[in-house]
Amino acid sequence: MSVDKATVAKIASLARIRVTDAEVEAMVPELNQILDWVEQLGEVDVTGVEPMTAVIPNTLRLRDDVVDADPLTGGGVRDKVLANAPAPEHGFFGVPKVIE
Amino acid sequence: MSEYRIQGATGEWEVVIGLEVHAQVTSKAKLFSGAATAFGAEPNTQVSLVDAAMPGMLPVPNRECIRQAVRTGMAIDAQINKWSRFDRKNYFYADLPQGYQISQLYHPLVGEGYLDIALDDKDPENTKRIGVERIHVEQDAGKLMHDQHPTMSYVDLNRSGVALMEIVSKPDMRSPAEAGAYVRKLRSILRYVGSCDGNMEEGSMRADVNVSVRKPGDEFGTRTETKNVNSVRFVMQVIEYEANRQVDVIENGGKVDQETRLFDPDTGTTRTMRSKEDAHDYRYFPDPDLLPLELDDAFIAECRDSLPELPDAKRHRYENELGLTAYNAGQLTADVDVYQRYEAILDATSDKTGKSEKDVATQVANWVLSVAPGVKNATEGAIDAHDTTAANAAIIALSAAGTVSGGQAKEIYEIVLKTGREPDEIAETEGLKQNSDTGAIEAVVDEVLANNADKVEEYRGGKDKLFGFFVGQTMKAMKGQGNPAVVNEILKAKLG
Amino acid sequence: MTELTELTVAAIRKGVAGGDFTAVEVAEAFNANVAAASQLNAFIVATPEKAIEAAQAVDAKRAKGEELGKMGGVPIGMKDLFATNGVQTTAASHMLEGFVPQYESTVSQKLWDAGAGMLGKLNLDQFAMGSSNETSYFGNVISPWRRKDGGNADLAPGGSSGGSSSAVSARLCPAATGTDTGGSIRQPAAFTGITGIKPTYGRCSRWGVVAFASSLDQAGPMARDVTDCAIMLEAMAGFDPKDSTSLDMPVPAWEAALNPDMKGKKVGIPREYRMDGMDPEILKSWDDGIAWLKDAGAEVVDISLPHTKFALPAYYIIAPAEASSNLARYDGVRYGLRDLPEGAGLQDMYAATRADGFGPEVKRRIMIGTYVLSAGFYDAYYNQAQKVRALIARDFEQAWSQCDVILAPTCPSAAFALGDKTSDPLSMYLNDVFAVPASLAGLPAMSVPAGLNSEGLPLGLQIIGKAFDEQGVLNAGLAIEQRAGFTAKPEKWW
Repeated sequence: MSVDKATVAKIASLARIRVTDAEVEAMVPELNQILDWVEQLGEVDVTGVEPMTAVIPNTLRLRDDVVDADPLTGGGVRDKVLANAPAPEHGFFGVPKVIE
Repeated sequence: MSEYRIQGATGEWEVVIGLEVHAQVTSKAKLFSGAATAFGAEPNTQVSLVDAAMPGMLPVPNRECIRQAVRTGMAIDAQINKWSRFDRKNYFYADLPQGYQISQLYHPLVGEGYLDIALDDKDPENTKRIGVERIHVEQDAGKLMHDQHPTMSYVDLNRSGVALMEIVSKPDMRSPAEAGAYVRKLRSILRYVGSCDGNMEEGSMRADVNVSVRKPGDEFGTRTETKNVNSVRFVMQVIEYEANRQVDVIENGGKVDQETRLFDPDTGTTRTMRSKEDAHDYRYFPDPDLLPLELDDAFIAECRDSLPELPDAKRHRYENELGLTAYNAGQLTADVDVYQRYEAILDATSDKTGKSEKDVATQVANWVLSVAPGVKNATEGAIDAHDTTAANAAIIALSAAGTVSGGQAKEIYEIVLKTGREPDEIAETEGLKQNSDTGAIEAVVDEVLANNADKVEEYRGGKDKLFGFFVGQTMKAMKGQGNPAVVNEILKAKLG
Repeated sequence: MTELTELTVAAIRKGVAGGDFTAVEVAEAFNANVAAASQLNAFIVATPEKAIEAAQAVDAKRAKGEELGKMGGVPIGMKDLFATNGVQTTAASHMLEGFVPQYESTVSQKLWDAGAGMLGKLNLDQFAMGSSNETSYFGNVISPWRRKDGGNADLAPGGSSGGSSSAVSARLCPAATGTDTGGSIRQPAAFTGITGIKPTYGRCSRWGVVAFASSLDQAGPMARDVTDCAIMLEAMAGFDPKDSTSLDMPVPAWEAALNPDMKGKKVGIPREYRMDGMDPEILKSWDDGIAWLKDAGAEVVDISLPHTKFALPAYYIIAPAEASSNLARYDGVRYGLRDLPEGAGLQDMYAATRADGFGPEVKRRIMIGTYVLSAGFYDAYYNQAQKVRALIARDFEQAWSQCDVILAPTCPSAAFALGDKTSDPLSMYLNDVFAVPASLAGLPAMSVPAGLNSEGLPLGLQIIGKAFDEQGVLNAGLAIEQRAGFTAKPEKWW
């Protein structure tokens, strides 16, 4: 499988990265080189092998349903949440107007 | 029920409907963070660093959200998957801080189940089975406000990360009415289980409505998905509108686009959603911040043991053990609030009267379903807090003992609702008691019969209908306070 | 005072505790070295006041006779991938330039709690993506090492923890934090003649560490010797309920249990790591390592890790896939760069912000990751890679029936010159060929200096251990360290 300019442009759009035509042009051979190389994985016989789900055997812990039990993962921290916002507006994050 | 068909220029069309209901899981904290879930808070005050997707933040799942989804699955007789996983659904939108929603695609928590819906209240046993494909758990998105600023939208992340169950039906529904019945039944079950408050106005339950049309017997047509529809009525409107629109498109030689649409409640129409145009390549993959979710037997047993009696089982019990009509049983079990009120008043009435629940069940049912709501609606200045279980039971007991008449019971209830006074005391002090004193009633009856000797002759001559006249005269003479049962008994005896 | 900066973590801790010098004196000495080394570009931000403040606290504790902590009085460098409360955290990107976290990562907090102080935020490859520290928005980090051929070529300090490796080897700090996704601690350690360990996946909390690839990222210490790594790892590790993948197990007393005696231990030599056309000097250092471990009493056995050659391609699917999703949050809405062209809508703002905020290597990996996850390719790429990953983990499992630790080179070469590999991404990726398998399997692995090559540049040896057996790795590392007698350090030219 190899990518062409249209595919690269589509991926860039999916990834929300603006690219110029020249950038797309440059990316095509680069990405193809990498993709050709990773395709050697197809040689591996994976019959009966389950994809890895946990790198170290471990079970998912569930936390108790308690509000703000740990201030680091609790709410009520609007100032911290908005501290780095490019366009804070009356306690909201401002973004260019969205038409739904 | 006759089949629902769209009459097109080329003949009849059948509608195929599937629903994806998003139900907010009842929990205090969010699915993956400790921020609160309460409705109506100031913007961004219930947002943790995790919910705002600050760099390096990680999700840790809330046990209660998992538990409630499992209990919901059990309530629809669904397969519970002891091994499931969270996946990331990747797309960019301002209400989605991580740039992905943590959801479940490949291995959902709950597999196939079903709901039985009744299409006729009078005949609750006449049901149709609607398949449920799966239930999975996922994060809600934040909220965008578009009307606060001329060139900006505002983002509030209070809802971001709140736990949702997505309950996906099979495309088994064929009419707006079926879809409406499905949503109502699902809501009822969720509220019984306690896994969702079912409050559609506050957005606790929303449906994505998948609609397609076909000629009866044909393959499924191309479907559209109308997002975030938030009432039963709107769900039904969407289906009506979409089905007719699609028939028009096809009959005019066009093709239905598989697309996401938005419903406009003001016009009752749907339109293409512009903002999600290229959002269909979601690049799902297992969330590497989370391990597989494995449920142990103790967890599953607790979920099962904590399930309440569910609507269908309760309805059958009301019919079989309490002797209620199918209609009453259906009405009383349709919603949690109603059955809880019924059972509380039933229990208290049984205690108060010393009779078995079965003996007072029908009387309490009539009171709860028709008498009480009628009075309450007509009473200005009724205060809910006065409408206690004890007061209701006391009134029904007075009525059951013959101490008050039906009309008096209503009057007492009205006073209770306004003032919160005790029913027994009201009956006593307001003179709202009927007279059961046989001696006194006999005296009145004797007088009525004496004053109407001619009518007595006619009655005895075979004009049975006049019995009502004597009852009326007696009650009138007693200013309506005579116990009708006693009056009837004495009249029958005297008239021979 | 300059000799203070020659001291190890253990020596600083001992000297401060014993009153030989104060923590403030130590901090001042390192602050001075940091200030004088701007040519190396190892730090994005220096925080001398933070180092002094922490040192004063330690000195005050000592005056009151209190415990000083595992890292009491030791100033360190903090890789700028760890969120530090109130101090700019950039991941070496334009995207996060000026981002000031309102929270402290679990690992950095543990270090401060253990008595360490912060000299500054260390440069790195942008979002930890790179093997030469040439992808930083804030400029290349330069290795303090130079070839002894008289040329003055600037050499790569390795990556992505290149600021950390450069700073430790140049004595700008006695130790630094690193993170390792596919070799980002071990490879830079090898390139600069220092020691670094990536613990078992889950030992160190990822909470507050800017994510690259979640299933691979692990923090670890980088220091001058094995003992210092053991000390610092103890301070960094530990269960964190905020990280679902954190290991809920006690932190062993690694330092106290250090033991270079390898009697009764088996060391596996994986034949697949002996690749065609390998640098003979690397092979020689490997043979030296084998001899040293035998000398320490170990039995050496040949082992096979048959899927080794597929580790790197599997890594270059899994890591970019996870990264493409992890980096989706950088959208200009809540923090970081926002590029809003005139009249742009929301989606245009995203595309412009991300085009400006990410460097070429980050974009490349996001593109690869997006592609391999996109509709129709998931099974062929991502799922296949996770299956191969399972096989790689199985290879190690089978090896553990034959040996206790594995010895291999850390890298296929010594440090290369800056610019040598930037035009060919794939050749850069191949530099991690020996480091990536242990990352994919989540295993503890460390690099220790083995000596200098003929150009006078350091070479590293890698020890890979069983899951949770950091002790076995550290002990084998110590056995090598004692026999390698590595004392070389870069000559100061900066």
